[in-house]
Amino acid sequence: MPNKFPLWKNITIILVIAFGFIYAAPNLYPPDPAIQLSGQSGAMQIDAAVLEKVEQSLDEAGIAHFDGEANGEALLIRLKDANMQLRAKEVIQAGMGGDYIVALNLAPTTPDWLRDLGGMPMKLGLDLSGGVHFLLEVDLDSALKTRLEGDIEEIKTALRDERIRYRSFELSQNQIIGQFRDEQEVERAKTLVRTQYRDLQPLSEQGQNPLSLVLKLSELATRELEDNAIKQNLTSLRNRVNELGVSEPLVSRQGKNRIVVELPGVQDTAEAKRIIGKTANLEFRLEAADRAGEIFEFRNPSGQGPDARLESKAVITGENVTDARASFDENGRPQVNITLDAKGGWQMGYATRDNIGRRLGVLFIEFKTKLEKSVDENGELVLTPVPFVEKNIISLATIQAQLGKQFRITGLEQRESSELALLLRAGALAAPMYIVEERTIGPSLGADNIDLGVKSVMVGMGLVLLFMLAVYRGFGVFANIALGMNLVLLVAFMSLLGATLTLPGIAGIVLTVGMAVDANVLIFSRIREELAAGGSIQGSISAGYDRAFVSILDANITTLIVALILFLIGSGPVQGFAVTLSIGILTSMFTSIVMTRGLVNLVIGGRKIKTLWI
Amino acid sequence: MTDLKVYNFMGLRKLALGFSTLLLAASIFSLATKGMVLGLDFSGGTQIEVGYQQPADVSDIRQRLEEAGFEGPVVVHYGSETDVLIRLQGKPEQGLSEQVYAVLQSASQTVELRRVDFVGPQIGEELREDGGLGMLTALAVVMLYVAVRFQLKFAIGAVLALAHDVIITLGFFSITGLEFDLTVLAAILAVVGYSLNDTIVVSDRIRENFRKIRKATPIEVINESLSQTLWRTINTSLTTMLVLVALFFIGGELIHNFAVALMVGVGIGTYSSIYVAATVMLALKVDREDLLEPVEGELVDDLP
Repeated sequence: MPNKFPLWKNITIILVIAFGFIYAAPNLYPPDPAIQLSGQSGAMQIDAAVLEKVEQSLDEAGIAHFDGEANGEALLIRLKDANMQLRAKEVIQAGMGGDYIVALNLAPTTPDWLRDLGGMPMKLGLDLSGGVHFLLEVDLDSALKTRLEGDIEEIKTALRDERIRYRSFELSQNQIIGQFRDEQEVERAKTLVRTQYRDLQPLSEQGQNPLSLVLKLSELATRELEDNAIKQNLTSLRNRVNELGVSEPLVSRQGKNRIVVELPGVQDTAEAKRIIGKTANLEFRLEAADRAGEIFEFRNPSGQGPDARLESKAVITGENVTDARASFDENGRPQVNITLDAKGGWQMGYATRDNIGRRLGVLFIEFKTKLEKSVDENGELVLTPVPFVEKNIISLATIQAQLGKQFRITGLEQRESSELALLLRAGALAAPMYIVEERTIGPSLGADNIDLGVKSVMVGMGLVLLFMLAVYRGFGVFANIALGMNLVLLVAFMSLLGATLTLPGIAGIVLTVGMAVDANVLIFSRIREELAAGGSIQGSISAGYDRAFVSILDANITTLIVALILFLIGSGPVQGFAVTLSIGILTSMFTSIVMTRGLVNLVIGGRKIKTLWI
Repeated sequence: MTDLKVYNFMGLRKLALGFSTLLLAASIFSLATKGMVLGLDFSGGTQIEVGYQQPADVSDIRQRLEEAGFEGPVVVHYGSETDVLIRLQGKPEQGLSEQVYAVLQSASQTVELRRVDFVGPQIGEELREDGGLGMLTALAVVMLYVAVRFQLKFAIGAVLALAHDVIITLGFFSITGLEFDLTVLAAILAVVGYSLNDTIVVSDRIRENFRKIRKATPIEVINESLSQTLWRTINTSLTTMLVLVALFFIGGELIHNFAVALMVGVGIGTYSSIYVAATVMLALKVDREDLLEPVEGELVDDLP
């Protein structure tokens, strides 16, 4: 029989429709404003007792709440009024104290049966939810330089121990260049490096000065160094972000040397930036004897000396500092307890063993940017950002005994000790970072964007529905049902795949609505042509669908290719556009070809009709 | 609409050639001499959007910022009387947005910080490179696909039509001085997708007709194919235009230029799928012989 679908095809269509409605449904339930509370350390139990205390403080403040849940690690409590969210956060933070992280959150209200099926609402991008996005670039070059400078000192010591005489060592373009007096010494030095410093590779190029030794960090070691630097920075950033109390922060590596930080719903962006932007590093250096080394000023000159001369080689860097806490010694005097990692402890012990009585300085290194004025070729004044490094001494103390993994700095005032501990912790970064991109979207703008987006989808869709009805009449109804279903399926897939909806993503949906009817326009035009050419009604329908199919397929595959490229080159919001466009193409192929055919077959298929309402 | 009228599209191809040449020349001239007003995404810098309760006086804001030591701030209304966009060049030291906010807040009006964007110069440069690269990759991959799926002459026609659309849309942005940002780049790639869609549908019909109509010149075949697909081309362009108009008027400032780019692109794309691709094919002397080998997956004509 012409134009009848077999049962399995009809069942498939019904199943897909059911799937679409179920997984799109969670988006209909608006989330509740909520407060989330977790412990500063993972060991803290967040149980019913804590929940009770939180509820009590909310009750006292007269803030309506419901459905508190605690799972041991964190608790979530819903509020009746979104305007009370900030107030509730303050109340809870005040009631619970600084050991807890209190964050604003939105609790999904997806019904249990939908959640059991794996249904969840779409994730909103920062441009819709509001929040902060930072892109930080890790200065790997600087990490490499620090490492090589350390290597130079070690090699010099080893050469002296082996009685190999050298003239000088210097760092140039990430290569260590050593000068020697005769070639024999160069060869001996090369052998020493090969056996003891396997990460360094001696380079030998034609035309190279035979009295010089050029060393380069091996590719493997470089990559390891870079990976470690990024990892260390990621960890410190995660710790810092936790201080902010954000419910779902994202801190992840992007590309070779970048870290992306996204803090949805953050309202106090200044605070966020202050904590994220604490780009600093530390170096522990011995005070230099006589005229060697470099002179540094104190960060806080009052009380301490005007400046001091420190050795140019660092004993350890902030990378080795795992913790620093301000406390009091047995006599109640302020001190800072410092904990190092194993390698740092060993290096510290080695360096201080023979230097008891000398002074050890802690250098605080900050990476800042200043604006430099210049005049460009058009005679206009331009401001160019110039990164610069500020190095100041934050502590200079006499070594009383050989130091190990744990040691303390005493002789401080209380305010100084807490400041020093803070700076030490802040400086525990492997490599400096710079903010290269920042996007902050206020919460009201996010809400406005959602409103505008939803409105444009509705109006755009309404216009298309009217147009199709006017032009294709009866068949326009089929196309319109398919178009509506396409939207449902698109939302369902995006929710299920956990794709993030952005404002350009909504624009992508609107565009998909406009372009999705193309397949139906193609098919219907073809059917009209077949009818005009004198085909039978059923035959024309069948031929129309069959012949239009190839065109639709070709056209959609090429658009899909373009969307894929857009996804690969784009970032954030634009990727959101590419995602909605791609999913929209796929769902529209199904709805406009298979679903409308099903509808047409159901209504017209196999019947004797005199004229087609098309 | 039942009787298909065959329009003599190709008879006007000399005129179309002149029209396209004119548009292309104007676009390229403007792009070369005037260039584009690059948005923050590509130029780098800082921009801050603030919202007031009452209509804001931009010259007053500019003056206050200058007095506070900011050099050459660009202050404009953004979308409405109460929204203001402030742009500052270069990357100032951290905490710039807070400083601006503090300056604005010191005046009597209540002001809300709606958005802060800072893009470092290196990011802008990378985006420019990636964007250009993406565009070229898209064109190359598409050309390859059409060449495999159809035939080389079709592919050249399709890609030239796309390049035509892209250059003219870029030219439109250059001439009007509208800001070119990341969303506009996305729109232009979407234009590539859309225009291609159109061109392929037309090419598909041309291929089909070359095989079906034995006694006709290539010009007649193309005219007939274009006439057959004319309604479809117009209707699809209309529905797309309808949603773009909705986006343009309702979507808000952030996607305003996105909608403009697509409207221009879709308009030009509709024209180019009729004239540019087919004219190029004719110039390359496309003929029945080019299509004798049936392509895999092609439908066989099984109806009388």
